[in-house]
Amino acid sequence: MYEERDKRRLDDEFTELYRTHLRDVYSYSYYRVGNHHDAEDLTEQTFLQAYRHFERAQRESNGRPLRPWLIRIAHNLAANYYRDRSRRPQTSLEDAAVVSAPHSTAELAEGRQELHDVLQGVSKLPEDRREALIMRFALGMDNREIARAIDRSEGATKVLIHRAIKQLEQGLKEPGDE
Amino acid sequence: MNDAFDMETLLRSALVPVEPSEALSDRLERGLSELTDAAADELADWELSAMRDPRNWGRPVAAVVVGGAAAGALVLVRARQQHNRRPGSGLPALAHGIRDAASDLRKRVGG
Repeated sequence: MYEERDKRRLDDEFTELYRTHLRDVYSYSYYRVGNHHDAEDLTEQTFLQAYRHFERAQRESNGRPLRPWLIRIAHNLAANYYRDRSRRPQTSLEDAAVVSAPHSTAELAEGRQELHDVLQGVSKLPEDRREALIMRFALGMDNREIARAIDRSEGATKVLIHRAIKQLEQGLKEPGDE
Repeated sequence: MNDAFDMETLLRSALVPVEPSEALSDRLERGLSELTDAAADELADWELSAMRDPRNWGRPVAAVVVGGAAAGALVLVRARQQHNRRPGSGLPALAHGIRDAASDLRKRVGG
């Protein structure tokens, strides 16, 4: 039987989920679509979907963190976004990294090109590798969380990330081959 | 230091978390709160009409379950906003989502 305290608990937990992971969902969306306008739209849609299915997700999570579920919603919506609009991610990821990183001006000038190259390299990776790197480095998710978000085993996820980093290294060493 | 370590350091510097704007937070909280209200209104309408039909007299428990979840959601979020603030424009996605969610809720309650 559903009771008032259950309702209140559900309210609290959704609020907590929203507040804790707004930045995660926004960061993921931003690195997927490459601009703030569409990232905002994607973030809104993600939380609306999450709200609609939150009760069931809670029931089926068996106490596991819901961040992978949330990111998976964003992932599916992003896939629809590209399918519906027949477009690819924008490679120009504005300047989020450079603006946010706590570097001095000199370090910034020196590192800017390097960070730009890394972002460009990430944007050129196959989708599954790009996603895994975004989840690992922008969101700080571990292999288990990423595996749940992309519906793979932990082992497969570890390999995926390893290969993504190797491919990125290779691409940056040989930019002319791209 | 090996290459993999260097690349991971670079990736951490490049893929920093991105803070959403205050405007997005406000808009999202307002939209979610409206969704709560819309879902509650849909439920109230359904309850009134459904209870005129004796075949539905056994359903109030289900309505309370689903309606409770919808109407009560985001109490804390809502506490941050002004009650009389309404979106003037720029929320087509949310408005669409609200309609979908209300429809979804009606289906779940109606069985």
